[in-house]
Amino acid sequence: MSDVKERQRVLVKQILGADGKASLAERRAAFENRGVSEPVRGLVDKVAKHASRIVDDDIAAAKASGLAEDEIFEIVVCAAVGQGIRHYETALAALTLATEEK
Amino acid sequence: MRLAILNSGHSLGTKALFAIIRIVSRQPVLDVIKLGKYRPEFYGAPMQSLTHEAMRGPSEWSIADRELIAAFIAKNNQCEFCTKAHSAVAQRAYGDSKSVAALLSDVESASLDPPLRATLGMLGKLIRKHAVDVDDMRDVLAAGASHRQIADALAVCFAFDVTCRLANSFGFVVPGPDAIEAGAKYLLARGYR
Repeated sequence: MSDVKERQRVLVKQILGADGKASLAERRAAFENRGVSEPVRGLVDKVAKHASRIVDDDIAAAKASGLAEDEIFEIVVCAAVGQGIRHYETALAALTLATEEK
Repeated sequence: MRLAILNSGHSLGTKALFAIIRIVSRQPVLDVIKLGKYRPEFYGAPMQSLTHEAMRGPSEWSIADRELIAAFIAKNNQCEFCTKAHSAVAQRAYGDSKSVAALLSDVESASLDPPLRATLGMLGKLIRKHAVDVDDMRDVLAAGASHRQIADALAVCFAFDVTCRLANSFGFVVPGPDAIEAGAKYLLARGYR
């Protein structure tokens, strides 16, 4: 799956690239789910840990805080991809260790 | 969807494409397509390429097995949209040989090959607990899954872990059975490109 890892690298490069509407610091914090400032701290944590519990009011609150929809779009995408990467890398590291033992 | 830009913020060319999709398929454009086509250079295009590679690229898992893994990841993420969509693709790919609904409702006792059953168990833990460890991987290897199979399953997991989080966050509308079946037919024939 080296091709998938290369595609992951491209994906991360795009979402954390220079062309976002949200600042790079905001996107990176969402990606890492660390150091996220209000008003989106709770939303980012929900995307990363309990996305199925997100309700209309979560997104509405982000909009009401003055964030543009494009900023919310980017922050949510970064949070989702970041959590996916953490799951993937944690599991791949465990697989590498288990395989080396054999 | 919860962001208006994802419903109607696309370029004129993309809106024209959506009109053609609606006419040809006689179905609404699925929200997952609307997401992927919104500012595609930011997220949709690289994610589409990754998903196609994971789901249709070279692998020791069959396409049916990978679609089942996708549906299982969706179920564990409590994503109704992706669970229905990929259950339908898996069912088409398996044909009458397996009942995907039965497999998803009881993975432990289901009539799955041990490597696939153990792989699904590990992936379920990864989604629920946000971690797995070397003991979990030892169990999957001992059940007969190869390193390559596990790595390939993790790639499928990544694609749908992310997609399900976005479906739940943006509030994807769950389409009716005809649209689900039309989408499944397309994905089985054309993949994710």
